[in-house]
Amino acid sequence: MVSFNGRSIVSIRDMSHDDLIKVVETTKRVKHGELSGFLKGKTVATLFFEPSTRTRLSFESAVFKSGGSVFGIANPKASSQSKGESFADSIRTVSGYCDVLVIRHPVEGAARMASELSSTPVINAGDGANQHPTQTFLDLFTINESFGRLENLKIGMMGDLKYGRTVHSLAHALALFGNELTFISPPSLQMPENILKELDDRNVKYKSVADLEDAENCDLDILYVTRIQKERFGDPQEYEKVAGIYRITQETIRLLGEGIRVMHPLPRVDEIAEEIDSMPNAIYFTQAHNGIPTRQALLGLVTGGLD
Amino acid sequence: MARTYKVYSIEDGTVIDHIPTPLALKVIRILGLENEGIMTIGIGFNSEKHPRGKDILKIENRELSHEETNKIALIAPDATINIIKNGKVAEKRQITLPSEVRDILSCPNPNCATNKLGARKHFVLENKGTVTYRCRYCERATVVNADMLTKK
Ligand SMILES: [Zn+2]
Repeated sequence: MVSFNGRSIVSIRDMSHDDLIKVVETTKRVKHGELSGFLKGKTVATLFFEPSTRTRLSFESAVFKSGGSVFGIANPKASSQSKGESFADSIRTVSGYCDVLVIRHPVEGAARMASELSSTPVINAGDGANQHPTQTFLDLFTINESFGRLENLKIGMMGDLKYGRTVHSLAHALALFGNELTFISPPSLQMPENILKELDDRNVKYKSVADLEDAENCDLDILYVTRIQKERFGDPQEYEKVAGIYRITQETIRLLGEGIRVMHPLPRVDEIAEEIDSMPNAIYFTQAHNGIPTRQALLGLVTGGLD
Repeated sequence: MARTYKVYSIEDGTVIDHIPTPLALKVIRILGLENEGIMTIGIGFNSEKHPRGKDILKIENRELSHEETNKIALIAPDATINIIKNGKVAEKRQITLPSEVRDILSCPNPNCATNKLGARKHFVLENKGTVTYRCRYCERATVVNADMLTKK
């Protein structure tokens, strides 16, 4: 029996197949209103060493909805950090004030380090380019909600696959279930070699293509779109060209099949045309809303409010 | 001038052979023996395996543990270990890559908690064949090379 009581949520790499199922199932019960008030008497601290209003509000909302209380240090650098208090001391101190610590930090591995220093469980809300596990959990929940399963799906991932931590973690998680993956990206933003190597080690079926048209015959169930950042291109003209190619319109939906579901971690710029928003294919807003029950479930599980 | 293996023998201690030239000093660093005891270092002996030659290290009056000698595999996987007692070879030892490595390797990622926040350096073995280790903190996988050895 999987138990999360007292456990930190640092990386998808720490999660087994059963762990992922457990979180998805618990999220489902939270979303359907079967579980409530499970953070009563619990205090959550949010420690954001870099701003991410969206993620912070999502956590705070999750705490309130579950009956807990939350305090945040929006910019720890401005307070104790500037007085020379080390990161380690901040974690040791704040963990004594709360039942669970939610941390976001620009340095990769900061959440792992915090989990080793903290007297209470730590939830990683993003550590640089490394991990953002609650995003992966809400992605998995959304897939399961749409298809009723997490295995035997054909999933396309499109956009910046080189630097996008979201797609790295999601590919890692989906690899535990037996799915077929198609990577669609410009050659300069392909899935990194070491991630492909890991998929090989797990005998995951995947292929990489440069054009959306090449994905036409893949019979995809899901297309997971990520933003291509301008900063990745030295030449602005090159960026415009690439951004124009990797853009989802009604025409793309027709091409890829009417049954396809489109996901996106948001915020988007213009990689998905607004005309898609009202179509049944668009599930990215539902996906974003699922962040709340997912974070409720995780907070409940690690504090022992849920089991 | 090429010359075959001939370094004077020791009575008690550990002999590390087949270190590819010029890694003998790095092996000493991996073992943390820079300021300890008596050592004889031979550099550039003929070797069939290593075209640039091999180094030999003799550490007197010290029997290295398996944990210590396995660290040598990080940069010299073909090295062989002989434990010498009373002038005789008491143990011939193979080395295998350690499953975890603390302190002695630096993470090449400048934005890693080990480089930015003072987290203790810690790698976990990912792939034996390619000598790839994954950083416990930033989770990046790296093929180990001698440049990753921490400077003392
Ligand atoms: Zn690292």
